[in-house]
Amino acid sequence: MKVAVWKGAAQGSFQEFDVPRQPSQTVLDVVTYIQRRLDSSLAYRYACRVGMCGSCAMTVNGVPRWTCRTHVDKVLHNEALRIEPLKNLPIIRDLVTDMSAFFDKWARAKGQFAGSRTKRDAFAPIASSSPERADIDAGIECIGCAVCYSACDVVAWNPDYLGPAALNRAWTLVKDTRDQRTVERLRAVAGDAGVHSCHTHMSCTERCPKRISPTAGIAGLKRAILKSALKGEL
Amino acid sequence: MSARGETALWIAQRASAAVLGLCAIVHLAVIIYAVQGGLSAAEILGRTRGNLAWLAFYSIFVLAAAVHAPIGLRAIVIEWLGWRGRSRTGFLVIFAALLGWLGMRAVFAVFL
Amino acid sequence: MRKESSYWVAIVHRLSGIALAIYLPVHFWALSRALEGEAALESFLAWTDDALVKAGEWGIVIALAAHLAGGLRVLALEFLPWTGWQKTLAAGAAALTVAVGLAFALAL
Repeated sequence: MKVAVWKGAAQGSFQEFDVPRQPSQTVLDVVTYIQRRLDSSLAYRYACRVGMCGSCAMTVNGVPRWTCRTHVDKVLHNEALRIEPLKNLPIIRDLVTDMSAFFDKWARAKGQFAGSRTKRDAFAPIASSSPERADIDAGIECIGCAVCYSACDVVAWNPDYLGPAALNRAWTLVKDTRDQRTVERLRAVAGDAGVHSCHTHMSCTERCPKRISPTAGIAGLKRAILKSALKGEL
Repeated sequence: MSARGETALWIAQRASAAVLGLCAIVHLAVIIYAVQGGLSAAEILGRTRGNLAWLAFYSIFVLAAAVHAPIGLRAIVIEWLGWRGRSRTGFLVIFAALLGWLGMRAVFAVFL
Repeated sequence: MRKESSYWVAIVHRLSGIALAIYLPVHFWALSRALEGEAALESFLAWTDDALVKAGEWGIVIALAAHLAGGLRVLALEFLPWTGWQKTLAAGAAALTVAVGLAFALAL
């Protein structure tokens, strides 16, 4: 198959490679083949190869994907692949992006858990059947791969926007009954370029490899903010 | 803008949207009913002149639109034009006032 | 970048909103002709008999229907608890727009 791979940083071009097809071949296998056999200068990022670490996401034929769990069969178009770095993040080199802005926004959305118990206290009991726990379960499996962030149109239009992953994280904490900073967090995500910038295009939800719906979490945050504002807490 | 400010705009936008949703359904039904056989000034004014229910309905419709449209445009000019600062706010406030004024003038033009 | 149905519904929602924001002041100005008497409004309405204007009117009715449908979709997504029925909503928005467009075209 023909594989066009982005080479360079913000300025650069596609370079074409011929890569043999293999059964059960993943896109990450293709990139690794190119780097080991055809062009040892190619920069890319991966670690676990089994869809846990979230480091190998790239844009494949125009769609952001986790490359280690994406079979070539599924995405090959006219016997060709076009592999680019993720969108909406600065390119360091070739297929490697600088993800600092992405993770800085988790901090801006107050993505840190803030409990009240110490190690001397007993465990906080959370019933697995509680509705809060069900909401958290729906959003907790995020691997931080930035596929959603790369797919988001609002991030592309307004680079300040917090983005789906950071807001999804905030949502799982807002639903955590042990957490003590709910109002502060709601304030952090309700401000400029926060939840209200989401226009429910749902690209994040369509693309999330873990089938999380950040759109649902963001809608939940909007409702929580509304309640908080009506109570005069915000 | 502050969290409170953004939230207030969002609430105003969605509340006016709910009102406009009902108004637009009624308005579309009226349009489709009224255009049959062509429009005439006599026909329109015959329906609207001195009709208090009509006055109340379209006043609410116009004012809700004057709230709704500028907030929607705000997101668009931020995202598509990168327009920030006081000139943007000024433009949107003037647009809201213009819509409200022209709209109420139109409502009274066909009511009186 | 490849896009899914919800994106296109949202773009139509936005473009129809812009169209309505531009159209509304014109619409209000036209109705205000009645302040100068019935004849002034009538002369304006005579102008709207033009085929091109009729096409424009049809476009704006479609824009209103599309914006209404897209807006109902947003309200449903934001205020109703949901999982996985967004494609149905997108299809519903498109269907409502087409239905109103046809009804207006038939009524013209």
